[in-house]
Amino acid sequence: MSEQQERQQVIERELTMSRAMVEAIAHEMREDEEVFYMGEDVADYGGIFDSTEGLLEEFGRDRIMDVPISETAYLGAAVGAAQEGMRPIAELMFVDFFGVAMDQIYNQLAKNTYMSGGAVNVPMVLTAAVGGTYNDAAQHSQTLYGTFAHLPGMKVVVPSTAYDAKGLMHNAIRDDDPVVYLFHKRLMGIGWMPAPDGPKTPVPEDDYTIPFGSADVKREGEDATVVTLGLHVHRALEAADALAEDGIDAEVIDLRTLVPLDTETIRESVAKTGRLVVVDEDYRSYGVTGEIIAGVAEGGLEELEAVERVAVPDVPLPYARPMENEVIPDSEDIERAVRAAHDE
Amino acid sequence: MFEDMVTARYYEERLQEEYLEGKQPAFDISAGPIPGELHLAAGQEAAAAGVCRHLRDDDTVTAPHRPHHVAIAKGVDLERMTAEIFGRETGLSSGKGGHMHLFDPDAGFACSGIIAQGCPPAVGAGLAAKKRNEDSVAVAFLGEGAISQGAFLESLNLAAVQQLPVVFVVEDNDWAISMPKERVTDVADGSQRAGGFDMPGVRVDYDDATAVYDAAKEAVGRARAGNGPTLLEVQVHRRMGHFMGDPESYRPDEDVEAAQARDSIERLADDLRSEGLEDEELEAIREEARERVDEAIKWAKEQPEPDPDAAYEDVFVNPPSGVTTEEPTHELAGGDD
Ligand SMILES: Cc1ncc(C[n+]2csc(CCOP(=O)(O)OP(=O)(O)O)c2C)c(N)n1
Ligand SMILES: [Mg+2]
Repeated sequence: MSEQQERQQVIERELTMSRAMVEAIAHEMREDEEVFYMGEDVADYGGIFDSTEGLLEEFGRDRIMDVPISETAYLGAAVGAAQEGMRPIAELMFVDFFGVAMDQIYNQLAKNTYMSGGAVNVPMVLTAAVGGTYNDAAQHSQTLYGTFAHLPGMKVVVPSTAYDAKGLMHNAIRDDDPVVYLFHKRLMGIGWMPAPDGPKTPVPEDDYTIPFGSADVKREGEDATVVTLGLHVHRALEAADALAEDGIDAEVIDLRTLVPLDTETIRESVAKTGRLVVVDEDYRSYGVTGEIIAGVAEGGLEELEAVERVAVPDVPLPYARPMENEVIPDSEDIERAVRAAHDE
Repeated sequence: MFEDMVTARYYEERLQEEYLEGKQPAFDISAGPIPGELHLAAGQEAAAAGVCRHLRDDDTVTAPHRPHHVAIAKGVDLERMTAEIFGRETGLSSGKGGHMHLFDPDAGFACSGIIAQGCPPAVGAGLAAKKRNEDSVAVAFLGEGAISQGAFLESLNLAAVQQLPVVFVVEDNDWAISMPKERVTDVADGSQRAGGFDMPGVRVDYDDATAVYDAAKEAVGRARAGNGPTLLEVQVHRRMGHFMGDPESYRPDEDVEAAQARDSIERLADDLRSEGLEDEELEAIREEARERVDEAIKWAKEQPEPDPDAAYEDVFVNPPSGVTTEEPTHELAGGDD
């Protein structure tokens, strides 16, 4: 095999999203002694959602740290270590648990830079698993995308593919500000929670960064703009394929980061299509969907012929399958919304 | 106690079977008649049975994510609880809660899937009893992993300083998912946490329902008499994985074997035999428990699934007018049309 062929093969190796994320963390840990990972069940277990699988073996317990079920203490400790100049990564097993440590997140992590007039910075990453679709009910199924994006002072990252997961993680660890990195359980490629086709992608072995605030146009189309993130990127692409059979050509945009938000790419797309459909796995009101629409509207209403939003209605996530299916948008809901926008 | 314990054990064994249906050979958490996470309590029955024996219907219990044995011992409606776990319309919460969020106000029972977050509401139930001059008590169950959580420690302090009728029961099964107790606290005896709040702390060091019964008698009696809270830690054993599907690769084989070997149900059966109970009598209790559980599961599976639109109900008991949670059909004014 020639060197060229070998390289080609390396580039074409496909990784699950969790493997890609772990690869970036391992790389940064090799490069920088000051990077370490704290969380519950991140050592021997390798993360309930495989977010640290294999890292204990390479880096040992001092750097892959299992910590007590004391989120306030260890998330706050990450803030403190970051302020000392280290680069901690702290994991919330489920984003839903942020409530028990909310002060450390929104009053310390997010505000210390500003309150210190920039004298202090908090170069840490807060990772958390998000999302439903497997009937884990109200306390274990939320995404809370809008909650984190709403509170100033945190960069918020939501990968939807292995390629993005790696590049965004490199960028997150190197960033001098606090980054909240929300990975969707359904996309990780965990053995016991089958992922859809899509998140598993070719991933280069070398390190690379994906800059924050650059949305990715996943599919080009002329008739409607579908803006979404996380799991729903894949559901939107599925909907777009179905719509294409009826001659409706949807453009699908993956936000990739909520803070900063790439409003430019969205506006350009809407200028072309005139129709905006925003799809979110978070609650409907006061959230991502409203924000995206407002951002487009502020850029000029004349371009906007139709708007639809598809989100979780303002109810907690119910347990039973028929009800969970009802409230979490699926590709048919997206299809319907695009048709409605198209017919308006 | 024996009846509660054998009921709870058989219940967990049957749920395990039901849960795995549709999840084999490839385990898919969202497949089968019971989707989502399932935390079973086989090996922990002594704690629940020994404590709840002292409780009345008007006493309040809060349980964590591993609640079935406690619910059974507290007298929660077994059929409706099972229907809830199967996500059926006639379940305790009409299918909205699931196995980590069982609520039966008639039996004074609630649970939460967030670690240690059942403690503050238990303190609140104790506070209500005290304010009303009632002699009911509240009991918060939690795992040993939860004793490092702020909500637990703050609750100990509030209950102590207000002399509230609350008993905190720590079920020490040695593990918090994959984390052994010694990795997350330097205190082997969790009941020592009580000392920092000037409240009695007691540890039952072995998995024995009678010993739990005796210790709980004192703790619940103290609370009922208005003499304040107690922290009680009980050694139990986790006979299964943390949740169904847990590969337990972090756990040494010997630890699993030891947990399997120390069976509080057999220990209690021996005690009862030495007190003169015949094998047939014990077997009759077991048989009755099996029938009750089998019937509850059969009933639950016959129940209808909820209507998808029921998802929009129950956010409030008094829904504000003008606020709709249903997907509105809306049109945008603007553009050229
Ligand atoms: C605040 C919070 N953090 C983390 C979790 C995830 N979690 C669920 S169970 C568990 C371990 C609990 O251990 P323990 O309290 O000993 O109870 P056990 O499971 O052993 O019965 C963890 C960390 C959670 N549910 N809530
Ligand atoms: Mg435990």
